[in-house]
Amino acid sequence: MGPTMIGQGTEASLLVDIVFWVLAVSAIVSAFAVVQIRDLFRAALFLIMTLLSIAGMFILLRAEFLAAVQVLIYVGAISVLIIFAILMTGDVEEGSPSHSMRIPVAILSTLFGALAIFVSVSTDWNLLEPAIAAGQVSADAVEGVYSNTIPVIAKLLIRDFVLVFEIASVLLLAAVIGALALIREG
Amino acid sequence: MIELAHLQILSAGLFAIGTYGVLARRSAVLILMSIELMLNAVNINLVGYAAFVDFDEATRSFGQVLVIFVITIAAAELALAIAIILRLYRNRSTVNVDEIDLMKW
Amino acid sequence: MHEIQTAGILDFGSLERFFQRVLPDSLDRFAFFIAAFTLAFIVINVMVQTTAVYTWFERRVLGRFQGRLGPNRWGPFGMLQPIADLIKLMTKEDMVPKIADRWSFNLAPIILVFPTLLVVAVIPFGPDSFLGRLNIGILFVLGVTSVNTIAIFMAGWGSANKYAMLGAMRGVAMLVSYEVPMALGVVGVLILSGSLAMSDIVIQQNVPFLIVQPLGFLIFIAAASAEMSRTPFDQIEAESELGSGYNTEYSSMKFGMLFLGEFMAPLVTGMIVTTLFLSGTRGFDPIPGQVWFVGKTFAVVFALLWVRATWPRLRVDQIMAFAWKGLFGMALVNIFLIAVEVAVFQDDAGKISTNSLWIMSAINWAIAIGVIVAVANILGQPNLERPTPVPSPLANMYAEAD
Repeated sequence: MGPTMIGQGTEASLLVDIVFWVLAVSAIVSAFAVVQIRDLFRAALFLIMTLLSIAGMFILLRAEFLAAVQVLIYVGAISVLIIFAILMTGDVEEGSPSHSMRIPVAILSTLFGALAIFVSVSTDWNLLEPAIAAGQVSADAVEGVYSNTIPVIAKLLIRDFVLVFEIASVLLLAAVIGALALIREG
Repeated sequence: MIELAHLQILSAGLFAIGTYGVLARRSAVLILMSIELMLNAVNINLVGYAAFVDFDEATRSFGQVLVIFVITIAAAELALAIAIILRLYRNRSTVNVDEIDLMKW
Repeated sequence: MHEIQTAGILDFGSLERFFQRVLPDSLDRFAFFIAAFTLAFIVINVMVQTTAVYTWFERRVLGRFQGRLGPNRWGPFGMLQPIADLIKLMTKEDMVPKIADRWSFNLAPIILVFPTLLVVAVIPFGPDSFLGRLNIGILFVLGVTSVNTIAIFMAGWGSANKYAMLGAMRGVAMLVSYEVPMALGVVGVLILSGSLAMSDIVIQQNVPFLIVQPLGFLIFIAAASAEMSRTPFDQIEAESELGSGYNTEYSSMKFGMLFLGEFMAPLVTGMIVTTLFLSGTRGFDPIPGQVWFVGKTFAVVFALLWVRATWPRLRVDQIMAFAWKGLFGMALVNIFLIAVEVAVFQDDAGKISTNSLWIMSAINWAIAIGVIVAVANILGQPNLERPTPVPSPLANMYAEAD
């Protein structure tokens, strides 16, 4: 696989495969439950399940930092906000009925998903593994990046994307002020 | 052996489920949750490309940096959206999007 | 302060080597897994047993603080009290309210205990502990502990009880608020050590970070004691207001699980504080590192108990004000201070010498005292003006009757 170094031996790669499939199935199944279950509180719990599975997927793809950030922000903050919103807007068990356009919408989104799969799979990606095999890229350099991506991310964030970084923080500030202004009485 | 295609299929599947949720459900909160699903599908794709596709040395883990920005923007968007939903609920005591037709003529 | 002490029983490398010796050569590749599982087994069991002992310790010490005896009937000094408690909990009837959301109700205790145990995995008990060198160490701790919030929501919602739900909502608002100063309090440590890995943080502490950045330590310990909802911040339970908060409806071993999580939290917090601020396993030479670690952990736990025994519960608005007006600002001051000092004191290789660490700590103590006094004045001022006493309506009952 991309970072070829995960699972060099057969047993280890088998383990990686098993973990991948478990995570993928749990992500898809619980995502499906999110949009199907009537009880909103349980839907939120299944959303958390999906988010945790995706965090596990990040660890498999050697993005440990993102996995931690995913758990910290999505599970610890965003989903809590969502649950608060659910409990404050009442009618939790009655929940969220689907409307009459359900079947056409399902067909539409299935078609959309199929199209996305077709396009992304049929595109000829410039993959890392053949490049390593052909000797264009040194495996050590790649391993050097992926064994610990935190310094690399830090350099990219603070040096190359520092303006974007600052704009993101201004965006967050604006969101906080906007949310406060919206919620305030009167 | 995980391949890039697996991740792309997973990501497309999650994105399609999220689209369905946004289009088919009535509750505004559930629509928000579906949007989170779609954003996460995109994140999987970005991390997958960072791991599998050969970029040049300087942008080797650029996908991971993009994911950080996606998460930041998702947090900002969600805070605002929930503020709007709570405001709506206070004014109209419902969060079902097809009953909120004030702007419809 | 010397090198990190040599390893003891909780050393992953020696376990793996032991299993490699024991197993036949063809099975060598399983040594890693077996060693990992053995270590996990040992750690989980040790944690649970220590928690049992800790419940006794907490109750005895609290009794001491409050001028009473505490449990003293069964065993020497009442030390067998945890066993008696366990028997009591196990023989109770396990009741689930009829209108409860069964899945949430039953899963909540498990989800509450699970993260607390997971955190122990990344704590470096020695130079070669299993996950002590995990590159996202401290972020892992912060992320995993934030799962607690969900468990409390599940317990509160699942109980289908107004008091439980109120306790959970109050508690979750508090937990989410205090995660911010907790994370910001750690940032100072991260700037100084230049790494997220717990073992690196220990290696960098030539001077314990408690001495270098007292402000960060105080912020972290205050936020952490809010995170585990101990008495100055026990809005989640608030016995006198909410029945017992989110665990009102629980009984039998589910209640036992909730209490296990609750009593394990101070121990785990003590370990994290020891690692981040008290230089972990490092100490003076004749005493092995693990003994230092346990000693420091229990010192922190004792300090937490002292706080618990001393301060009364804060009101909800006071708690929020303390997090957002007090700790948040202090944490920002701390980060700014440490960043400037690191920029000034680091040499060309990016290292900070021990002498500059001592200079930094002198500056930081002065500024910390100043900041704390300032914040106390700003936040505490309205409380000094006593409200005019309202006479009791009963006082004039007979006077008005005529």
